[in-house]
Amino acid sequence: MKQVKHRNSASKILILGTVFLFTFFNPVFGQDQSAVDNAAVTEASSGGDVAKGEELFKSLCAACHKRYKKMTGPALFGVADKYEREWIYSWVKNSAAMIASGDAQAIAIYEEYNKTAMNAFPQLSNVDIDDILAYVMVPKADPPPSVPDYESSTTASNDGSLVSINVVLGILALVFLMLLVVLFLVNKTLRNFAEANNVELPESETKTPIWKAFIQNQFLVLVTAILLLLVSGYFVYGYFMQVGVDQGYQPVQPIHYSHKIHAGDNKIECKYCHSSARVSKTSGIPSLNVCMNCHKSISEVAETTATSEYSKEFYDGEIQRLYKAAGWDPEAQAYTGKGEPVKWVRIHNLPDFAYFNHSQHVTVAGVECQKCHGPVEEMEIMYQHAPLTMGWCINCHRETNVKVADNKYYEKIHKELSKKYGVDQLTAAQMGGLECGKCHY
Amino acid sequence: MSSNKKYWKSVEELNENSSVVETLQQNEFVQEIPTDEFLGDKSSLENSSTSRRDFLKYVGFSTAAATLAACEGPVKKSIPYVVQPERIVPGVANYYATTIADGYDFASILIKTREGRPIKVENNNLATSNGSANARVHASVLSLYDNTRLQMPKKGAEDISWGALDKEVGAKLNSLGNKQIVLLTQTYASPSTSKLISEFKAKYQNVKHVVYDAVSDSEALDAYQMMYGERALADYDFSKASTIVSIAADFLGDWQGGGYDSGYAKRRIPENGKMSKHIQFEANMSLSGANADKRVQATPSQQKQVLAALYTYVTGAGSKGTLDAKLEEEVIKAAAQIKKAGSNALVVSGIQDVDAQLVVLEINKAIHSKAFNKNTPRTIRKGDAKAVAQLVKDMNAGNVGGLLIAGVNPMYSLPNANEFKSGLEKVELSVAFSMHNDATAELCSYVATTPHYLESWGDIELKKGTYSLMQPTIRPLFDTRQFQDTLLKWSGNSSTYHDYIKSTWAGILGSTSWNQALHDGVLVKPMLPNEELVEALETPEGDVETIAPTPVSVSAAARRLSEAKSNGLELTLYTKTALGDGQQANNPWLQEMPDPITRASWDNYLTVSKADAEQLGLTNENVANGALDGSYAKVTVGGVEIIAPVIIQPGQAKGSVGLALGYGKSKGLKEDMIVGVNAYPLYQNLNAVQNVSITAAEGVHEFACVQLHNTLMGRGDIVKETTLEIFNTKDKHEWNSIPEVSKNHIEYEVTSPEVDLWSEFDRSVGHHFNLSIDLNACTGCGACVIACHAENNVPVVGKSEVRRSRDMHWLRIDRYYSSQDSFEGDNEKKDNISGLGSSLSEFGEMENPSDNPQVVFQPVMCQHCNHAPCETVCPVAATSHGRQGQNHMAYNRCVGTRYCANNCPYKVRRFNWFLYNNNDEFDYHMNNDLGRMVLNPDVTVRSRGVMEKCSFCIQSTQAIILKAKREGRLVEAGEFNDSCACSAACSSGAMRFGDVNEEGSKIAELIKDDRAYHLLEHVGTKPNVVYQTKVRNTTEA
Repeated sequence: MKQVKHRNSASKILILGTVFLFTFFNPVFGQDQSAVDNAAVTEASSGGDVAKGEELFKSLCAACHKRYKKMTGPALFGVADKYEREWIYSWVKNSAAMIASGDAQAIAIYEEYNKTAMNAFPQLSNVDIDDILAYVMVPKADPPPSVPDYESSTTASNDGSLVSINVVLGILALVFLMLLVVLFLVNKTLRNFAEANNVELPESETKTPIWKAFIQNQFLVLVTAILLLLVSGYFVYGYFMQVGVDQGYQPVQPIHYSHKIHAGDNKIECKYCHSSARVSKTSGIPSLNVCMNCHKSISEVAETTATSEYSKEFYDGEIQRLYKAAGWDPEAQAYTGKGEPVKWVRIHNLPDFAYFNHSQHVTVAGVECQKCHGPVEEMEIMYQHAPLTMGWCINCHRETNVKVADNKYYEKIHKELSKKYGVDQLTAAQMGGLECGKCHY
Repeated sequence: MSSNKKYWKSVEELNENSSVVETLQQNEFVQEIPTDEFLGDKSSLENSSTSRRDFLKYVGFSTAAATLAACEGPVKKSIPYVVQPERIVPGVANYYATTIADGYDFASILIKTREGRPIKVENNNLATSNGSANARVHASVLSLYDNTRLQMPKKGAEDISWGALDKEVGAKLNSLGNKQIVLLTQTYASPSTSKLISEFKAKYQNVKHVVYDAVSDSEALDAYQMMYGERALADYDFSKASTIVSIAADFLGDWQGGGYDSGYAKRRIPENGKMSKHIQFEANMSLSGANADKRVQATPSQQKQVLAALYTYVTGAGSKGTLDAKLEEEVIKAAAQIKKAGSNALVVSGIQDVDAQLVVLEINKAIHSKAFNKNTPRTIRKGDAKAVAQLVKDMNAGNVGGLLIAGVNPMYSLPNANEFKSGLEKVELSVAFSMHNDATAELCSYVATTPHYLESWGDIELKKGTYSLMQPTIRPLFDTRQFQDTLLKWSGNSSTYHDYIKSTWAGILGSTSWNQALHDGVLVKPMLPNEELVEALETPEGDVETIAPTPVSVSAAARRLSEAKSNGLELTLYTKTALGDGQQANNPWLQEMPDPITRASWDNYLTVSKADAEQLGLTNENVANGALDGSYAKVTVGGVEIIAPVIIQPGQAKGSVGLALGYGKSKGLKEDMIVGVNAYPLYQNLNAVQNVSITAAEGVHEFACVQLHNTLMGRGDIVKETTLEIFNTKDKHEWNSIPEVSKNHIEYEVTSPEVDLWSEFDRSVGHHFNLSIDLNACTGCGACVIACHAENNVPVVGKSEVRRSRDMHWLRIDRYYSSQDSFEGDNEKKDNISGLGSSLSEFGEMENPSDNPQVVFQPVMCQHCNHAPCETVCPVAATSHGRQGQNHMAYNRCVGTRYCANNCPYKVRRFNWFLYNNNDEFDYHMNNDLGRMVLNPDVTVRSRGVMEKCSFCIQSTQAIILKAKREGRLVEAGEFNDSCACSAACSSGAMRFGDVNEEGSKIAELIKDDRAYHLLEHVGTKPNVVYQTKVRNTTEA
C-alpha cells in the first residue's frame, strides 16, 4: 500500500514546479487532427457525408452498435459491402417488418443476435443512411501517431526541466567552490605578506571549548534539557495522535477504477453511482449492475484516455475484469449468471462507535462530496483525503451554517434558536451538532 | 520463652523413619527430576538439531514478527452486491408484514430487515386481533439465527439430500399397505395447510391427522363444541367488559392463545372516572392475578366450587355446594358485580375441565356478555388430547406404519414419552419435520429439516374471518424445506406452497388484491352474509368436524363441579411468560428475561405458599452477596418423581403449588441453555392440575433472581397508588402530592425553581422527549424488555452473572408486593411507626410480603433526568445532556469509573464487567457469526469496561428527525411514539413516548395529567420519564 504524504511540502513544490514547467514548455496539440484527416480521405470513396454520418451514428446507433466490434448488434464496418444498399435502407427503416415478411437475410441476423429486435428508424432518409454508412465504412485507423509524440514530448519536457535545474545548481555549486578556494588562497597570501613584513598577528587566546563552557553553565543545561523535553514531547504527542489516522491511505484495489476518468473526464455525477448517499447513512459502493449500465456498451477506452502511466490495454484489461466479476460475456452480449462480487478494499473507515449519515450531509446540508473526499475527480487511484478525526468533524460543524432555506423542518427551530443566540445564521454546532449523543450511540 | 511445640507440615514428618522426609530436606521433589539425565548426556545434546542459538533466533524472530504485524492496521473489505435488489438500499431498513404461527404463539407482526437480515419484530398496527407481539414473539427473530439449527435433512445420523429423501420416503409411504399413516402436527390454523392435508389424505389411504398442542386446551375446545357445535375457542373482547371475573384464567399470559392484554388494558385506564373491575380467583400468582383489583386465593378444587357457586348466584340455576365461608363471601360479591354490570360483565376460566368450560360459556350466555364474540371463534388451538392418547396406543399396538411429526416434539413434551418411544420403535417410517435435532428428531428415521417461520410461506386464520399471511423475510439460511412444500411433493403436486396459498386465497381475498393482503399481512373479512360459503372455504375437508351442538346439561356440570374435592396438595402446571411451552428454549434473550412475578431468570421452580413451605421444611434465603438460594423438593405425581427447586411465592394459595412447563429441555440446544426441570412428565392426561405429594430434598439451588427486595416498605414515592373512589372524589394533592422541602422555614414544592440547586435550561425550543408509563395499563408482560434487547444490542450475560446482579437489561420491570393486604396498609403502617423499638421490629416485618399481597409492576429505565446526578460525577464527561432531553452516553469516552452508576438514584446504569461479544466465556448469540446477524447496525456493540444504559433509542429519534429534514417537513404528530423500542412494543398503551413541545401531542397531555408523577421526585432530578399513578377499582357493587 502506498502512502501519499501531503505534508511533504518539498515534493509538493517539486511536482508543482514540474507541472508549471510542463505547461509552458509544451505546445497544445490538436488531438482530432488525424481523425479529421482520415475522414477527409475516405469521404469521396463511399459517397456520403462522413461528418454528418458520425453525428447520426452517435445519436441513434451507438447504443447498440460499434464500428469495429460486436455489441448488442453487429459491428457495422463493412456492412455496406455485405448487403445491398436497398436492403439496408429497408432494414434500418423497419427491420421487424422484414423479419415478419420472411426475408432470409433478415431472419438470419435476427436469429444470430438472440432475437433482439432492432429499433425502427422511419425518420431516416436514404441520404441519412448513406451518410451513416459512409461513416461506418471508414476503416479502422492505426493508433494516431500524435499520441506517442505527445507522450514522448511530455517525458522530454519533464526531463528537460529537471536537467536544466541540475545544470544551474551544478554551476552554482562550482562557483561557490571556486569562491571558497579563492578566499582561502587570498587569506594565505595575506598571511604570507604579513609575515614577510613582520607584522604581528594577534595570537588568539586558548579559551575553554564551547561545549565545556556550556556544561559548566548549569542554567543553560537546564533550559536546554527542558527545551529538549518539550520538543520531544511535542513530537511524541504528534506521533500518538496520528495513530489510527489513515489520511492518505491509498490501497491497491482489485480493479483499477479511475475516479479521474469517470468523475473528472466524463463528468459523471457522484450520486449517479453512489446513489444511496442521498437517502442512507452509507454512500454505498455501487453494485456491479450499476457499472454495467454504461459498461455494457463501453468495452474499451478511447485511445486518448491512455496516459503515460496507464496504457489503453491496461484500462481495457480492467474493464474485462469488471465483465468477469459481473458475469458478462462480451462476445455473446449476455450475462452468464456467474458473477462474483468484487472485494474492494475499504478506504474510509469510521470506528464503530461513531455514527455518520451521508444523507444528512448530502441531502439535508447540501455539502459537496469533495468537501470531505477531496478532489476525487482528479484521483486516478482513490485515497483518503480527510483525516476523519473527531476534531476535523467538529471544526466543520463549528464553521458551517445550517442550510435552512426551503426546509420546513428548520423554520421554527431556527427562528427561535437564532434569536436565543443572537445570530442570523446558526452553525451546525449551535443547532446541536456538538452534542455527544448525536454521533455516539 | 521458647516453645516445645513441634510444627509439622505433613503427616509423614511424624514418622521418624520416613525416607520421604529425609529426601525432602535436601531436594524439592521426592522423585528424581530427569534434568541431569538429559543435560548430562552430551552426545544427545550435540545431536539435537535445535541449538540454543536456534532457539533464541526463533524467539527473536517471532517477537519481531508479532511486533511488525501489530504495526499494520487491518485491511477491511467492502463488498457490494453483484446485482443489487431494487428495494434494498444499504443502510435503510425494510419492513415486511408476516405472521408467527408456531403452534403456541400466533401473531401478526412486522419484521424490520436491514440489508436483507431480519433484525427486529414489531407490532402490526393493521391487525385487529393478535396484532401485538409478546416477549416470545419479539425474541423469535433470534431463534432464526440459532446455530444449533439443522442445516440439512438427515437419515438417522447421516446427512441426506432432499432428492434421496423424497425417493426413499415416497417408496416407503407407498409400501405401507393398510397400515395407518399418521400426521402428528402442531395447530396450523391454516386454510391452505388443511386443504393440503386433505389432498395428502386423498393420495394415500388410511391417513390420520392428529393435532397435538404441547400445552393443551382440549377441554375448552370440547366444551365449545358441545355448546356451539364447532371445535374452537371462545373469542372475547376484553375492551367491552367493565367487570371481569376470572377463575384461574391467566388471560394476560398465555390462556387460550393469549393476545388479550391490549383489549384489557384499554379499560384499565380511568376515563371519565370509570375503569373496569377485575376479580381473579386463582392458586398460582399469575400476571392476571397480579393485575387484578381483587385477587382471591383458591386451590384448583376450590376454583371449581367457586365457579359452581358463581353460576348459582348469577343465574339462579343449579345448586351451590359447600364452600369455604370466606370464599363464598367473595363469590357473592363477585356475583353482585356481575349482575350489576349485566351484559358488560365477562366470566372466563382456565380450569381444564369440560364441565367448568361449559358453565363459563353458560354464564356468559346468560348475562348476554357483550365481550363474547360468538361469530368469530378462535381457531388457533386445535389439539385433541384424546386423539394423541389414542395415537400412542395405536403405535404400541403396531397399527401405525408411517408417522410424520411436524412442529411438535412429543418425546420432550408428552408425559408418557416412554410409551411414545416404545411405540415409535414399532413404526416403520418415522419422519420428523424439525429445525433442531431434538429428542423426537433424534429417534425418527428421517429428519426433514424445516426453515424458521421467517423463511417460510404460510397463511393463518387467527379466528373466523380474520386471516393473516406469513411471508419469508430472508432467503433460507440452510438447506431446508418447509413441511407444506414437502407434503405437496409427497402428494404428487408439483406447485410450490407459495403458489398453493395463492390459489387457496383466490377464494378468500374477495375484492382485496393478493399484493395488498401480503403488504398488510392481515385480512379481516366482514362477516359474510352467506355463511355457508365461508364454511366451505374454511373447512375444505372434514379436518375440522362441524357437529351440531349436543344438548348438554349445564346444571349437571355445575353440580359435578361443586362436588370437587381436594386430596392433599394440588399442583397447577403453568407456562412462564419467557419460555411458554419451551419451543424457544435455546433463545438466550428469553432465558435471561426475568419472570415478571418471581423475577428469577434461567430457571423454573416449584412455587409454594409460605405456610406450606414452613410445614414441609422448605426455605428460601439470601446469601452474603444478596443472591437467592432455595431448597429442593421432591415432587411426586402418580409414580413420576422429579426434583425441583423451590421459591416461596407470596399469594400462592395454601394447599397448592405451581411449576412451569417448557424448561429442562436437554436435546437439540446448547449446554448453557439446558436449565430448569422438565415438568412435562407430570402433565398427565395433558391436564394442568395434578395431585402431588411433596417432600424436602437434599441440596441448595442457586437462583438467578434480579430483584432481591420484594416489598415497597411504604415508600409511596416510588409507586403511587390510590383507589378509584379517592381518585374520583378527592383533590389531586390528597393522592398525588408533590413533595415539599423547607427553605428559610417556608415549605416549597420540590419542583419549584426556588429550591433548585441548578439553573434551569430553556427546553421550549426544538424537541424535548418524554416517556409516560401508565402503571394502570402496564400488565408486566415484558415485551418491552425483549424489544429493548433486540433494538439496542443488549448482551446476554448468563445465569451466574445475573446471580451476581450483573444483568445488562436497560429496561427492567420492578415488581413490588405489599406487606399488608394492600399498599395503602403499608403506608399507614409506616406512618404509624414511632420510636426505635417499633421501627426496628415493624420495618423488619414490612420486608416480608403478605400472604396474599397486592402486586404492582413498574418498568424502570434511565429516567433521563434534566438535572442528572450521573452527569456531574463523570470525571471524563462521558455522559452528558442533550438539548432534546436525552441523557447521552459516549461509550468511547467512558473509562469505567462507575461513579455514575453509584450516583444514580434509580440504579439503571449497567456496567460491562466483561467483553460479552466474541468471547467463549459468554457463548450466546454474540459469540457466533450467525447469532451476530441479529445485531442492530445503528447501535454500537459495547466493549468491556464501559457503562451503558437506556438512550431513549436516540438512534430512532434521530432517524425520524433526519427523515423529516430530508423531506423538508415537520415531524408528524405521533411519529415519535414508535421510535422507542419499548413504547413501540407496548401493545397495552402503557408506554407513550413523544415530543412535549409538539402541539397537541398525547405526551404533552400526559405529563400534565393529574395522575402524573416522577420517580423519587423529592430528589429533584427532574426526570423525563413520567409515571401515571396506579388506580385500583375497589368499588364494591
